[in-house]
Amino acid sequence: MALIDIINLRTQFPSEDGMVKAVDTVDLSVAGGERLGLIGETGCGKTVLGMSIVRLLQPTTRIEGRINYKGRDILKLKEEEMRRLRGREIAMILQNPTTSLNPVLKVGDQIAEAIRLHQGLGKREANARAVQMLQSVHLPDAAANANQYPHELSGGMRERVMIAMGLACNPEFIIADEPTKGLDIKTKMQIVELLREATLHKAMLMITHDLGVAGSICDRIAVMYAGELLEEAPSQDILNNPAHPYTQGFINSLPSRGLLPIPGTSPSLICPPPGCRFHPRCRMATKACEKKHPEMVQIEKGHLVRCHQFN
Amino acid sequence: MIEVYDLQKHFASGFIKKKYKSAVQSVSFSIEKGETLGLVGESGCGKTTVGRMLLRLIEPTAGRIVFDGLDITSLKHAEMRKLRPRMQMIFQDPESSLNPRMKIGESIAEPFRLGLGGRCSRSEIRNQVQELVDIAGLNREHVNRYPYQLSGGQNQRVVLARILAINPEFIVADEPTAALDVSVQAQILRLIMDLKSEFGLTMLFISHDMEVVRHMSDRIAVMDKGRIVEIKSSKDS
Repeated sequence: MALIDIINLRTQFPSEDGMVKAVDTVDLSVAGGERLGLIGETGCGKTVLGMSIVRLLQPTTRIEGRINYKGRDILKLKEEEMRRLRGREIAMILQNPTTSLNPVLKVGDQIAEAIRLHQGLGKREANARAVQMLQSVHLPDAAANANQYPHELSGGMRERVMIAMGLACNPEFIIADEPTKGLDIKTKMQIVELLREATLHKAMLMITHDLGVAGSICDRIAVMYAGELLEEAPSQDILNNPAHPYTQGFINSLPSRGLLPIPGTSPSLICPPPGCRFHPRCRMATKACEKKHPEMVQIEKGHLVRCHQFN
Repeated sequence: MIEVYDLQKHFASGFIKKKYKSAVQSVSFSIEKGETLGLVGESGCGKTTVGRMLLRLIEPTAGRIVFDGLDITSLKHAEMRKLRPRMQMIFQDPESSLNPRMKIGESIAEPFRLGLGGRCSRSEIRNQVQELVDIAGLNREHVNRYPYQLSGGQNQRVVLARILAINPEFIVADEPTAALDVSVQAQILRLIMDLKSEFGLTMLFISHDMEVVRHMSDRIAVMDKGRIVEIKSSKDS
C-alpha cells in the first residue's frame, strides 16, 4: 500500500491577473521506502505540489482533492494535528538554504529547536542530538560547525545543514525541494550520495529540474508540465525510453544529450493552452492536440503518459 | 586577441594584521580572434576572478593582460573606459545585471543613448532596439515590461541584446546559465553560439559544467586551486 496517496489534487492561489492553477488535478503516490523524483521546469508547479503536502502555503491558497497519508486525509487535519505530523512524520527540506536558514541563529541551535519541539528533549540533549545530526551528514567538524552561523558555511555545507534539520526527527517521508540547486558538480554528487544514504529506508519525494540527479537516486520519475503530470515511469524508462514529446525534449536539452532546446516558453498557469498543454511547443502536435485534453494512459506496466499519440 | 601572462591575484582581509589569500596564482593563456576558450573548474578555484581581471573589474596583483596588441594592465581609468565598449561581460544572475526600475526597452536603448554605438536619432534607436529584441528571441511586447515581470531566461536574453547593442569584440561569459533550468539553458546557450558566429565574437566562457563547456568552446582550460592545470582542444576531451 502506498504511504502517501495524492488524489485529484488541485492547488490554486489568487494573483492580480486571476487564479493561478499551480497544481491541476494531479494523482501521485509514493510507496513506503520508495524514492520518487518530480521533474519539471521552473514555474510548473512542482514546489507548490510539495508545499501542498505539508500544507505550508498562504492562507488564501485553495487546496482541493485528497492527500492520504497512511490512510488518513491530511488535508482534513486541523492545523494543530498537522503541526504534529510536520517534521515528525513528513519533513520538508526547503529550497535554497541561504534564505531558508535563519541568518542570526547558530545552525546547531536551529536544528536543536526542531528536536526540542517535536521530541520534547531538554536543551542539552537536543544540542547533543543536533551535533550528532550534523555528524551524520558528514560535516567536517560537527561540534564546531554547530556553533557557526549560516554565512560562515559554504553552499554545500548549508545544504547539509538543511538535510540534517529535515532528518532530525527521523521522519518517514521526506520532501526534498531542489536540494542540489546552485551547487557545483562535485558537491552535487556528494549531496546526492548523502541523500541516498539518509533515505535508505524512507520514502522520499525529490523535486528537481536536474534529470541527472533524479535519475541517479530515484526509483520512479514523474514529469510535471504547466501544473499537471505528463509522464510517470521507472527512472530508467524515463531516461532511456521517454514516451512524451516533452520528456524527450527535456532530455535532449541536457548538455550531455545534445543541448537541443525545446522551442518556445512554458505557458501561463493562469490560462493554460486549451487541449494538450504542451501542444504549442510540440513538434508532433496535430489538430486533435489543440482541442482535446489528453488523458493519462498506461503504455507499459508502470509507465503512464498523457499524450494523444497513445490513445 | 587576448594574451594573459602570469596573472596573479591575492585578496587581503583584516585591518592591522593583514591576511592574504591567493585566489589566482600565475595564470597564462591566449585567445585567438573569433575563438572561444572555455574556463572550467570547481567553485572557488578562481575562474570568476580571472574573468573579471581580464576586463579589469578586479585589479590584478601581478601579471600582464594584452588586448588586441595593447597592454591594458596599467591603463588609466579614463583610457580603460574608452576600451570597455569593445569588451563586455555576461554575469551569472541576469536579474541583478539589469536595472529593476528600467523597462526592458530602455535598458536595451541605454547604450545607444549614451552614444556607445555612434550617435543616432530617437527613431533610429527605436528601430535598433526592435531589431535587437528580434535577434535575442524576445517578444516586441516585452519592451514595455520590467525585469521582474520576465523569467530568468528572458532576462538573460535582454542582457544579450544589451551587450550586442554595444557591439563588442570580446565577451566574458561567467556561468551565464547557472541560474536557469536545463531546457532554458539549452535555449540560451544555442543563442550565444548563434550570436557568436554571426557577429564573429571572441569569448571566454566560464562554467563548472564540463559538458556545457565542451559544447561552447574551441579550447578548454581547466583550473584548479588558482592555477590552470591543462589547456586542451575541446575535441580531445
